[in-house]
Amino acid sequence: MSRVYIGMGTCGLASGAEQVKEAVSKWVYEKQAGIPITPTGCIGYCQAEPIIDVVTDSGHRISFGGVKPESVGGLLEQVFGDKSYASKGVLGQYRNGQAPLKNIAFIDEHPFFKKQRKFILRNCGVIEPTSIADYRATGGFKGLERALTMTPQQVVDEVLKSGLRGRGGGGFPTGKKWSLAQKEVSEKKYIICNADEGDPGAFMDRSLLESDPFAVLEGMIIAGYAIGAREGIIYCRAEYPLAIERLLECIEILKNEKILESKLNNDGFTLKMRIKKGAGAFVCGEETALMASIEGKRGMPKPRPPYPAVSGLFEKPTVINNVETLANVSAILREGAEAFASMGTAGSKGTKVFALTGKIENTGLVEVPMGITLREIIEEIGGGIQNGKKYKAVQIGGPSGGCIPAQHLDIQIDYETLKGVGAMMGSGGLVVMDEDTCMVDLARYFLSFITKESCGKCIPCREGTQRMYEILDSVVSPYSKMKNEEENLARFNMVMNLENLAQVIKDTSLCGLGQTSPNPVLSTLRFFRDEYEAHIYDRKCPARQCKGLLTYRIDTAKCTGCTACARKCPVSAIVGETKKAHYILDEKCTRCGTCADVCRFEAVQVS
Amino acid sequence: MQTEQKATEKEMIRKYPPSREYLIPILQEVQDHFGFLSRESIFAISDYLELPESKVYGVATFYNQFKLIPPGKYQIQLCRGTACHVKGSFNLLETLKRELDIEPGVTTKDGLFSLETVACIGACSIAPVLTVNGKFHGRLDTKSVEKIVKALREEGAKR
Repeated sequence: MSRVYIGMGTCGLASGAEQVKEAVSKWVYEKQAGIPITPTGCIGYCQAEPIIDVVTDSGHRISFGGVKPESVGGLLEQVFGDKSYASKGVLGQYRNGQAPLKNIAFIDEHPFFKKQRKFILRNCGVIEPTSIADYRATGGFKGLERALTMTPQQVVDEVLKSGLRGRGGGGFPTGKKWSLAQKEVSEKKYIICNADEGDPGAFMDRSLLESDPFAVLEGMIIAGYAIGAREGIIYCRAEYPLAIERLLECIEILKNEKILESKLNNDGFTLKMRIKKGAGAFVCGEETALMASIEGKRGMPKPRPPYPAVSGLFEKPTVINNVETLANVSAILREGAEAFASMGTAGSKGTKVFALTGKIENTGLVEVPMGITLREIIEEIGGGIQNGKKYKAVQIGGPSGGCIPAQHLDIQIDYETLKGVGAMMGSGGLVVMDEDTCMVDLARYFLSFITKESCGKCIPCREGTQRMYEILDSVVSPYSKMKNEEENLARFNMVMNLENLAQVIKDTSLCGLGQTSPNPVLSTLRFFRDEYEAHIYDRKCPARQCKGLLTYRIDTAKCTGCTACARKCPVSAIVGETKKAHYILDEKCTRCGTCADVCRFEAVQVS
Repeated sequence: MQTEQKATEKEMIRKYPPSREYLIPILQEVQDHFGFLSRESIFAISDYLELPESKVYGVATFYNQFKLIPPGKYQIQLCRGTACHVKGSFNLLETLKRELDIEPGVTTKDGLFSLETVACIGACSIAPVLTVNGKFHGRLDTKSVEKIVKALREEGAKR
């Protein structure tokens, strides 16, 4: 019965899960305990990685967070030896139908998990990702079995009835997409899984593929059956090597299990599946660019219509669904459309996975029902802002989304409400920012990202975003040495045009990337206009982030002349004699902040 | 040696059917093997697929993954995703540029380090992060970055 599970997703591995696993195997070997060790995926509570779950002789599963290789021995000793279950690092116990262990709370009552509703992440961090037996034991392939008893039309209707909308960003109803492709008559159709999760700040697709790959593959097979596709392609980022490795392994298993490349029903429905590695281009998340990339071309979007459902990959009808959408499909077919539609709001059904990151206490992946408020996610699940700082905004939807300030924290999360406040669901990255984040700098950061990732096909996006970037760059840059009037005038001129330019880009770009690229600027302008004004009129950065607008100065009264700063300064911009007050040469200073870090007397002042 | 390399390259390319669809996988495999795409590789691929060199070059420069110069022994990738940015990855970039004395996309003269920035490596929960030859280092600050570079430099000097 005993078993040890170790969370070995990317975040677990990055936090040292490999060393923990070695320590566990060493302990098991030394004690000759014969306890099997099972690698599992990510449970979502990345903050507490490395996480190990220990299943006791009595079948109770207890989860421990923040495990270190050196503490493994003591921990296992306690669980299997004197059964005292160390309280340190215990996240909770799983429910298993037996009388619970005393003094240990249930894991689903842990503040991080309490408000969550695990619908598609239910297996993540719980089962062994590449074990088909584990997947079957949790109801895996029940959805596919049910789908095969229905006609393709009925499957499409079921998905339509559930109200599932695409989880990749656009929010287009999945059932509608399918029925368009299903109606097309063609000797070949494709189902593509979009796993090109380029959105900086989102990693739910990676986690799903690493932790529960079968759920995504099952969803793809169901989608293939519904639209009549014979070939499935997973377009996965090359930056996710672990996800690709696990997918390849699972595809092999499914071939051996006669699920892939075998006749699944009497009509002879079969599906082939392959993986296409992306090569690092954000724009390839866009459907038509993604297909161009699969065809071996540069990933540039095409005008629509024709929609991919009519003429897609190699000009054949193609359905492209996001990873999370497909995981939802297998769950909908398994649990039924009603169960899915019972969660969420009128227009947005089901659950949504968010990647909670930034300056928040608990970072990780959270799955919540649609309609939950942002405040619940940030304050209750996320545990509030780090180091007791003040909340400023949350950035949702990546480079296409917007920032939501404190006054809108109580909005419900669904597709329409988010659009109403100038943001969008996107793929669900939630980056929390505190008072130390400069919103102008953030907008500039997103624009620099877009200018790099713009494919260059249409002018508004290629040139427009570059100009917008230059405007914001001029806002955060110091005066040139001349400080002349003309330069000021030019800056004002540019700033006046910023909103206008943003609108033009929005209206005239070809694809979603371009059309949404001004959003970070527009939304920060809407809610944080005062910060822009402070940068432009007062030439000050209230959050002290924009280096160009900062000056470093040494308070002569506080400086003891310890020379620590002068020795550490990478550009030798600090002068002064030993035991006498030092001085910073402003022309040489690069505003790296090293002196402020090393000063023990708080003599370095930033303004 | 050179002829041998050419032979493996040829083999590698010929594994794939000569169709444009396989251009990106071929480029990926060649780069995996040699670490970068040389002029000769691009010529060989364009011959095999019967595509103009300009098209192959166009694809190779469009995608961030492909490198046209040899990478260093230690390939440092710094994540510049939103979460990392908010947590100060800009300062880490400055530190790395200063410590290694190179700009992103360049390899040091001694061939020890190459520096790259990537959009997001999906490890946002332990931001800010960088990877060295694929190995993750998370929750960094300028000091820990300096330490990593120092340790690598010592390790590299030993061999």
